[in-house]
Amino acid sequence: MKWETVIGLEVHTQLATKSKIFSGSSTAFGAAPNTQASAVDIALPGVLPVLNRGAVECAIKFGLAIGANLNRVNVFDRKNYFYPDLPKGYQISQLAKPIVEGGALKIVVGDTERTINLTRAHMEEDAGKSLHEDFHGMTGIDLNRAGTPLLEIVSEPEMRSSAEAVAYARALHTLVTWIGICDGNMQEGSFRVDANVSVRPVGQAEFGTRREIKNLNSFRFLQQAIDYEVRWQIETLEDGGRIEQATVLFDPDIGETRMMRSKEDAHDYRYFPDPDLLPVKLDEAWIEAVRAALPELPAAMQARFQNDYGVSAYDAAVLTGSRALADYFEAAAKACGQGKLAANWVMGELSAALNRAELDIAASPVSAAQLGTLIARIQDGTLSGKLAKQVFEGLWEGAGEVDAIIEARGLKQMSDSGELEKIIDDVLAANPKSVEEFRSGKDKAFNALVGQVMKASRGKANPAQVNDLLKTRLQN
Amino acid sequence: MPERSLSALAAQLAGKQISSRELAQTYLDRIASLNPSINAFITVDPEKTLLEAAAADTLIAAGQAGPLTGVPIAHKDIFCTDGWLTTCGSKMLHNFVAPYDAHVIQRFKAAGMPSLGKTNMDEFAMGSSNETSYFGAVKNPWNIAYVPGGSSGGAAACVAARMAPAATGTDTGGSIRQPAALCGITGLKPTYGLVSRYGMIAFASSLDQAGPMALSAEDCALLLNVMTGFDSRDSTSLEREKEDYARDLNQPLAGLRVGLPREFFAEGLSNDVATAVETAVAELKKLGATTVEISLANSKLAIPVYYVLAPAEASSNLSRFDGVRYGYRAPDYANLDDMYCKTRAQGFGAEVKRRIMIGAYVLSHGYYDAYYLQAQKIRRLIADDFAEAFKTCDVILGPTAPGTAFKLGEKSDDPVEMYLNDLYTIPANLAGLPGMSLPCGFDAKGLPIGLQLVGNYFSEAKMLNVAHQYQRATDWHSRQPEGLK
Amino acid sequence: MSLSPDDVKRIARLARIETSDAEAQATQAQLNSIFDLIATMQAVDTAGIAPMAHAQEVYQRLRDDAVTETDRHAAFQAVAPAVENGLYLVPKVIE
Ligand SMILES: [Mg+2]
Ligand SMILES: [Zn+2]
Repeated sequence: MKWETVIGLEVHTQLATKSKIFSGSSTAFGAAPNTQASAVDIALPGVLPVLNRGAVECAIKFGLAIGANLNRVNVFDRKNYFYPDLPKGYQISQLAKPIVEGGALKIVVGDTERTINLTRAHMEEDAGKSLHEDFHGMTGIDLNRAGTPLLEIVSEPEMRSSAEAVAYARALHTLVTWIGICDGNMQEGSFRVDANVSVRPVGQAEFGTRREIKNLNSFRFLQQAIDYEVRWQIETLEDGGRIEQATVLFDPDIGETRMMRSKEDAHDYRYFPDPDLLPVKLDEAWIEAVRAALPELPAAMQARFQNDYGVSAYDAAVLTGSRALADYFEAAAKACGQGKLAANWVMGELSAALNRAELDIAASPVSAAQLGTLIARIQDGTLSGKLAKQVFEGLWEGAGEVDAIIEARGLKQMSDSGELEKIIDDVLAANPKSVEEFRSGKDKAFNALVGQVMKASRGKANPAQVNDLLKTRLQN
Repeated sequence: MPERSLSALAAQLAGKQISSRELAQTYLDRIASLNPSINAFITVDPEKTLLEAAAADTLIAAGQAGPLTGVPIAHKDIFCTDGWLTTCGSKMLHNFVAPYDAHVIQRFKAAGMPSLGKTNMDEFAMGSSNETSYFGAVKNPWNIAYVPGGSSGGAAACVAARMAPAATGTDTGGSIRQPAALCGITGLKPTYGLVSRYGMIAFASSLDQAGPMALSAEDCALLLNVMTGFDSRDSTSLEREKEDYARDLNQPLAGLRVGLPREFFAEGLSNDVATAVETAVAELKKLGATTVEISLANSKLAIPVYYVLAPAEASSNLSRFDGVRYGYRAPDYANLDDMYCKTRAQGFGAEVKRRIMIGAYVLSHGYYDAYYLQAQKIRRLIADDFAEAFKTCDVILGPTAPGTAFKLGEKSDDPVEMYLNDLYTIPANLAGLPGMSLPCGFDAKGLPIGLQLVGNYFSEAKMLNVAHQYQRATDWHSRQPEGLK
Repeated sequence: MSLSPDDVKRIARLARIETSDAEAQATQAQLNSIFDLIATMQAVDTAGIAPMAHAQEVYQRLRDDAVTETDRHAAFQAVAPAVENGLYLVPKVIE
């Protein structure tokens, strides 16, 4: 039987506010335990929540960025359950009237572009942390994170492979960092992914029973967890088993998912509108002010890059992987007037070097202006591609500006045709056999001669010029 | 103890006839002699009280006194009070010394009013007799075999017994007005949102409101001037211009339209109460008021609606009491879950557990629409009835409670019977309207009878005007329990 | 409408209140009399009525995004049942 995978993602993004969603405590990461847990955060008797305008503004930005409907009146609900890192015994969240509904995100997998629809995004508060290292058989509770604002972003179950799920998660990660509502730090838990995964026979209309993989904090784990889960579900079904609805955890050490709780012990959260918080009203002036302050978004930039610089859809998607990368590309492209070439260099040589050095684009030792100049030197014939790579190395090492490096290292392409003709004469004289073979119809011999000329020029000859001159000489 | 109004006490303090310390000591002495039989206080700390009084004396000496500086007050043990044990009448918080002050406490501190202690109350304000307190029942000063009402029973009893000239209370379904009625004092529940709930331990957030309890409407007006005001820490606190609630006390009542809800004078009302309330209506007519019959047809549903909404909110509000960060933790348990279950089983009393369970049930999967949502819809119908009524009257008048104080233990085995005590007070909480109770007579057993006024939103000054004019014409409010003098 | 002992056990469980079978029996009777009282509202036609969640028809006020709290964990933990190294201690959490 052929199986189809169905995936929907729920992503918890920590919003980049200074203070918590319902209290004036700092949200800074890494403070000593409970030093950033105020009376409200630890739920002392009698305390009350007051909503942070900054958190609401982040949610508005997101809603606008995905073209969603912003609920002009939205409501906070209580989600009731007991857990030691949940001090009130309920989480303040939004159920029936979330701030954001609908919207869509474009993803590119290989050569295929797809649009993934979003169900909703709602504001809620984060829980604290349970520290399981041994305190005489006890667990330690740190409530510094309790009350950190979250935007939970829920997609429709429209992804059909782990690759699509990863592409969606990446696109979402790009977007939330792009618009500045989340720092995107996955190690610190600022962007956490839950994946709802099911399988069904190809052609079947109904969804299969889903299992939810909780708290995936890297794209690699997301891919591995889904791949494992899909294989496990298909094997289970093919062995005549049934899938039970469940929540599972992914163990990266063994690469497997394991059951956390079954549907039977699923919670009854007893949601109801929080009586301590009033309905939130978004006025039009506020929304328009936020809209006006939004940067150009990745999707718009992708379209523009394809248009203005002639890059492919795939390249445009890669180049808009982050705002820093996109800005870098555009600056380099503008500096040299060569969009496609700039795209190739940014995605090729530069990315590879950054990867090797484990550097972010923002920390690139080669500036966009320098790369632009470098590309311009290729275009004006000063440099061949090969020489350009040597100049790039110089730039990377901090050896100075492009022209200085060319000068200092003698990397200028040979443009004097007299000098080149002399080299060609020498090569032809030294390789009578290749000349003979070429004349008897072996095209391969021509390439060998070009190689010899390039070698004799120590790479500085212009390959196109070599081609032309060599052809002329051989035909006479 | 002589009968002295808050303004009289303030005048004596300002005139240096008595110091705040001396005044506080007088009340502390009376508490020491009477509290063992009345049990109105959970915590009395003379040292702290006298320190606060000394600070008030300094303010007075420096000419920096406000209208009530130096006048002592007792606070319901539902208000978090920095450095004071704050129990909410529960074993769950038997050891909880609050690390911060409630907004109301801050207000009275800022006004220079020393605290006489923390008053007893039904556990987590759930009760109408003050018998659910972990710290023992409060006795009615008029007859210690009878309940004082609840949940602000300690506050009502301490004012009635003159152990304090004034007290704070809270009212979720009648918890200021019903004990005020049963103890023969005056108490007011303001419009929802006028007094900040910050630091007031929550029972049912959308209904809870703090208010003053004292010997007269005039005193309540002065206390309300201290208590009300915007607080940014409470999202439901209303931003309004500050008003003087005493400004209209002396206005004549000529032309006042008093609405009499026919549903409040129907079956269930005791004869003694009906007669006293009707006599009070006649008195108001003599003062120039006219009456108009109104209908609050949906108010008969107030109790069912309340016993869905209040427990629902309470079940969630009380989830924070889990033995992790403060308060009681069961001594023995097998694991985390067992710690929760035992802590809450041992830390909460029977009535609190009952209401938590009702709340959990009405919110649980499959029951939400039929109970919670239906109750919220009828809540609107009840509020709409009031809006309609206020088109034809300025203030609504009726009994505060269907009867007078009942015997300790008389209703404690029958929750429904107990709940019916709040039949007339709950509608104002559901609508968010202000309501007050003032004494209007005594029954055959010599127990006080309360008269309830319900006003339109923000009409506290008008209600206080009506009450004050009535109290000028009558002396029910200045009667004192025999045998305690 | 009437609650079974199982209903009582279920909601006691939801509320994390240990309840013995005997207690569940007693509670069941009391809860049923309360639910009989509550049941009187079921007959009311509320079609088209908007639920009323708050006493006033106002909207949420928003706080500026600013850090206004300071570290008070020592004072807060002075009343905690069990703490160590600034952490609240609870029986081992098993995930
Ligand atoms: Mg979720
Ligand atoms: Zn969530």
